Amino acid sequence: MSFMPCVQFDEVSKRYNGAIALDAVTLALPEGAITAVVGASGSGKSTLLQHINGLLRPDSGALSVFGAPIDYARPEAFRRRIGYAVQGVGLFPHLTVFENTALLARLEGWPEQRIRRRFERLIALVGLPAALADRFPHTLSGGQQQRVGLCRALLLEPPLLLLDEPFSGADPITRREIHREFLRLCAEEPVSTVLVTHDMREALDLASYLVILRDGRVVQAGAAAAVAATPVNAYVADLLRDAGR
Amino acid sequence: MNRGAPLVALLLSALTVAAMAEPAPIVVGSKTFTESYLLAEIMARTLEARGFEVTRQFGFGGTLVCYEALRRGEIDVYPEYTGTISQVILRGANPVDLDDMRRRLDADGVDILTPFGFDNSYALAVMAETASRAGLRRISDLGTHPDLRFGLSHEFRDRPDGWPGLRRAYGLETRPLGIEHGLAYQALVEGKIDVTDAYTTDGDLERYGLVVLEDDLGFFPDYRAVPLVAVAVPANAKSALRTLGGTIDAGTMRSLNAAVVVAGRSFASVAEEFLDVGGADAVSGLVWQRLARNTLTHLKLTGIALLLACSFGIAAAVVVYRSDRLARPLLYFAGLMQTIPSIALLALMIPLLGVGQLPAVVALFLYSLLPIVRNTVTGLRTVDPLLRRVAEAMGLTRHQQMRHVYVPLALPHIFAGVRTAAVISIGTATLAAFIGAGGLGEPIVAGLALNDTGLILQGAVPAAALAILTELGFELLERRLIPRHLAAGRLPE
Repeated sequence: MSFMPCVQFDEVSKRYNGAIALDAVTLALPEGAITAVVGASGSGKSTLLQHINGLLRPDSGALSVFGAPIDYARPEAFRRRIGYAVQGVGLFPHLTVFENTALLARLEGWPEQRIRRRFERLIALVGLPAALADRFPHTLSGGQQQRVGLCRALLLEPPLLLLDEPFSGADPITRREIHREFLRLCAEEPVSTVLVTHDMREALDLASYLVILRDGRVVQAGAAAAVAATPVNAYVADLLRDAGR
Repeated sequence: MNRGAPLVALLLSALTVAAMAEPAPIVVGSKTFTESYLLAEIMARTLEARGFEVTRQFGFGGTLVCYEALRRGEIDVYPEYTGTISQVILRGANPVDLDDMRRRLDADGVDILTPFGFDNSYALAVMAETASRAGLRRISDLGTHPDLRFGLSHEFRDRPDGWPGLRRAYGLETRPLGIEHGLAYQALVEGKIDVTDAYTTDGDLERYGLVVLEDDLGFFPDYRAVPLVAVAVPANAKSALRTLGGTIDAGTMRSLNAAVVVAGRSFASVAEEFLDVGGADAVSGLVWQRLARNTLTHLKLTGIALLLACSFGIAAAVVVYRSDRLARPLLYFAGLMQTIPSIALLALMIPLLGVGQLPAVVALFLYSLLPIVRNTVTGLRTVDPLLRRVAEAMGLTRHQQMRHVYVPLALPHIFAGVRTAAVISIGTATLAAFIGAGGLGEPIVAGLALNDTGLILQGAVPAAALAILTELGFELLERRLIPRHLAAGRLPE
């Protein structure tokens, strides 16, 4: 392969109660780029993502992130180098927008001023007014919450960002706006990103590298343009056609 | 919670040290009925008149509680009855006479002094109208009236020389209702029950014009009143108490009792008049002073117990909530404690911890556990799974997840548990007076013994007020600690 992998799967398999979630997945995800993992629900894409930050452990096979195997006994420091944002956002309801975003940095012992500066920069990049800082999450719209979720994931300047369908709750217009802001963010602060989505159009809008997953198996993986040009089978072709490409 | 634990330990040791550091006055105890209070007061005054320093620890709930306190040296002397000694304390030993009893009690370090001079046997009493209507004169007459309702004091109902033996001896078929002795006469007057147990020297017999049924089969044993005293008490104190021997006959005792229950006079003044000591009118403090003291004691008991229960309960719940195998035994244990009636739990504490405030605090602690543990476990378990995943994925350690996510989100549940425990404790602590812990239960226990509603209210009303104030206090605290939108009953906007 022609790129430096930041995440490498080697024959990784995972079962839930006997059902196969990942079936001998071998995969290398490029550093410094946005990778989209596309698949229908139940295809194993969320399972794949949760292997990357060690929330799940493979039943067999090996996995390396940042060029080393994961230390499952003490994963905290490792996980702090990985931003994580999910569908449903998962902002803590008892903390304000600022407290949510600042939690990790405070635990890392960042000076308050540095946290404040970083927060204001990120919140501006995602197009939110800094005045939201002291509001509780439930007073924000869904789109605003998703943007705050992104800020929280990025606050510690992680080299790797995992996104589990973080945009899927929003209406089409809001979603387009967030996509735009997300791309602007990535242009400002390049970060290796793994985005899980069931929406091929979103994948093509955002990602430069694609992984198509079906029933726990990798159907096709490669540069977005290459996949779009030469779908490996009818399943991938259908996905592309539904996305209007 | 980490800061609370040493504080509690300090308070507890301070309590113990304070209890031990005092000089050794002679501690006079009593049970929870008028005659016992009176005899105890008479003994206390007799000792004081001879220059002894006396501490009064009146109102122990039941014979075994009182005797155990004496055996363990928590009290030095209390009035007891020969029938009770042979039937309850020396149950199964069948002592033949007073000397025999004395020999057997010696093993416990207990001595029997000269009897006061009257026999206060058990009796059955009915209203005069009932007696004439049903033609009741003797206990055997009851056999022909199975429709009569028996309301018997709990102790009488359970002891072998009480109802079980009486029922067999006279072949009675009724199923008696258990009733607090202090309330039985009221129930008789109001026609709620027809027959109750009484003591032959009871002042209430005169007050309500009750008829005592003749024990025609001679079932009830002798109940001569005697001072039971710890062997360790100084000989000159014992001889002071011996001077009371034979000075009180049944008629005198009945009128002394009546002076308290009918005329509403204080134990102190009746005892003083009997002893004819003269001097200052000794009332044990103004009502307000006593109220303040009782309330403070009450707060201390419940406060320490609650603090202990919070620090242990919440910590234990945090440790076990993830595992059913660990959480179940803890919850079952806490639940089991809850099923033991309070007075029984307090009595069970005596062999382990003696009497006074320590066993009361431990009992209240055990009662507080269930709501605190259960609510904390439920609160922690019901934290949104998505938030748990995020907390773990963002790289929080177990401890940080607990501190920054789980506990704050479970706080409304935890608070509800602590509030429930606080209110239960305040209610239950009134019973702690039975084992000499003081508090607002003290006027209640005395009031029940005296059949004095006013005295009962002196304990019950402040206890209720305390419960309400506690609720309010917790509500304010909750408002400060929990964001409004997370408080119970609010939907997200």
